[in-house]
Amino acid sequence: MLKVSNLAYAYPDGHQALYGVNLAIEQGERVAVLGPNGAGKTTLVLHLNGILEAGHGSVEVSGLPVAKPHLQEIRRRVGLVFQDPDDQLFMPTVADDVAFGPANLGLEGEELTARVERALAQVGMAEHAKRPPHHLSFGQRRRVAVATVLAMDPEILVLDEPSSNLDPASRRELADIIRSLDITVLMVTHDLPYALELCPRAVVLSAGQIVADGPTADVLCDDALMRAHRLELPFGFDPRSAGTRP
Amino acid sequence: MGAGHGHRLHYHGHSALHRMPAECKLIALLIFVLAVVATPRTQYWAYGLDALALSVAVACSRVPVSYLAKRMVVETPFVVFAVLLPFIAVGERTQFLGVTVSADGLEAGLSLLAKATLGVAAGLLLAATTEPRALLAGLEGKLPQQLVQIMAMMIRYLDVTGDQLRRMRIARESRGFVATQPRHWPVLGHAAGALFVRSYERGERVHLAMLSRGYSGTLPGLAPPPASAGDWSRALLLPAAAALVALAAWLLR
Repeated sequence: MLKVSNLAYAYPDGHQALYGVNLAIEQGERVAVLGPNGAGKTTLVLHLNGILEAGHGSVEVSGLPVAKPHLQEIRRRVGLVFQDPDDQLFMPTVADDVAFGPANLGLEGEELTARVERALAQVGMAEHAKRPPHHLSFGQRRRVAVATVLAMDPEILVLDEPSSNLDPASRRELADIIRSLDITVLMVTHDLPYALELCPRAVVLSAGQIVADGPTADVLCDDALMRAHRLELPFGFDPRSAGTRP
Repeated sequence: MGAGHGHRLHYHGHSALHRMPAECKLIALLIFVLAVVATPRTQYWAYGLDALALSVAVACSRVPVSYLAKRMVVETPFVVFAVLLPFIAVGERTQFLGVTVSADGLEAGLSLLAKATLGVAAGLLLAATTEPRALLAGLEGKLPQQLVQIMAMMIRYLDVTGDQLRRMRIARESRGFVATQPRHWPVLGHAAGALFVRSYERGERVHLAMLSRGYSGTLPGLAPPPASAGDWSRALLLPAAAALVALAAWLLR
């Protein structure tokens, strides 16, 4: 489904962010990418839909290599939800914004309207279609941001820090939405309990390399690994006794 | 500001004026303002007729007069200038309310006041009856795409940037800084610079987000179906009246 092979990247200023990342994700999986600040998580994400071009190595989405000639198709397949919904939502109303992606894919008329309605219904924001984004709460804006990429009918949903700045109720609502979607999910996060709740599998990205890959609970219980890569569980949280959700 | 509707200038309603396509209202406003400006300046009765025509339009829109009146404060700089004119202009002197002022300046001041008031009121009426999104849709196809896109972004991010500015001010004041003297200005300059850099960076992130959803240079159409001949004829009633008044004022001069 998603295959990242030996991906290395240095920014134009010479700062090397990724040193040969290998990652394969199967259809329907939900995978968390964990790692400290500056580990290269966002850089990795920006490679998945061809915003950044691989310095070395390759990225493939359902067999299609991420490269110039088919960027449009890649960007349909990979739905990227950015951390700040104000960056993602730039059109005058929620409905216009959700329509932006599918319209770029050439949809119009009834089909486009239906796509927008479906995407908004998936995140429970249908009744807010006509509102301008700045009148919504932060949690609502985050949900609309998810809808904007769902409207493009992606094969994989990539979420950058989906739980950041959300109050506990919005955080839980978003988790419910993510669980309700029948879609492959890659979630970049610092929120380790959230990763455990939503993703059966986790990889740890540290200093531009994947240093661990396994069941989320095992990764979080590996104290030595966690310490070595500046990952810390919140006070009082024990992954051994947290239980699992269906 | 009603939840779910436009911005501070918009007055939610369903009048004929609210329903009229935005492009009709825009063109009507433009012609109305041009006609008012073209009216010879000493024909004060003409401004009265223009004001009457405009108030009929306001009545049709069912926007309360008090709502518009409060927002007329944006006209203040013009009013100040208009009031100063009779005193600073040179030439023949005349008596007005017991004060000796310049006759030319008095005429210019009065007509400036009348024209500015009519223009601002008409502009406010447009803003009160048209949501920003509808305005953009109305401009689409009439202005270059890039300009419409820039305006769309401006409307969207004005509040975001305004909020940021407010948070920065609160953060400054929380640390005991209140700008009162010119020697405080450099701090405000730094704040403006920081805001610029942040906005620029946000611009880059927005662009990335747009690219991620397949942006290729054009925004998908916002435009509703084009305005009908009936819409145009109704919209042009007001500017037609103002144009007739201006013409009559020239002929009777």
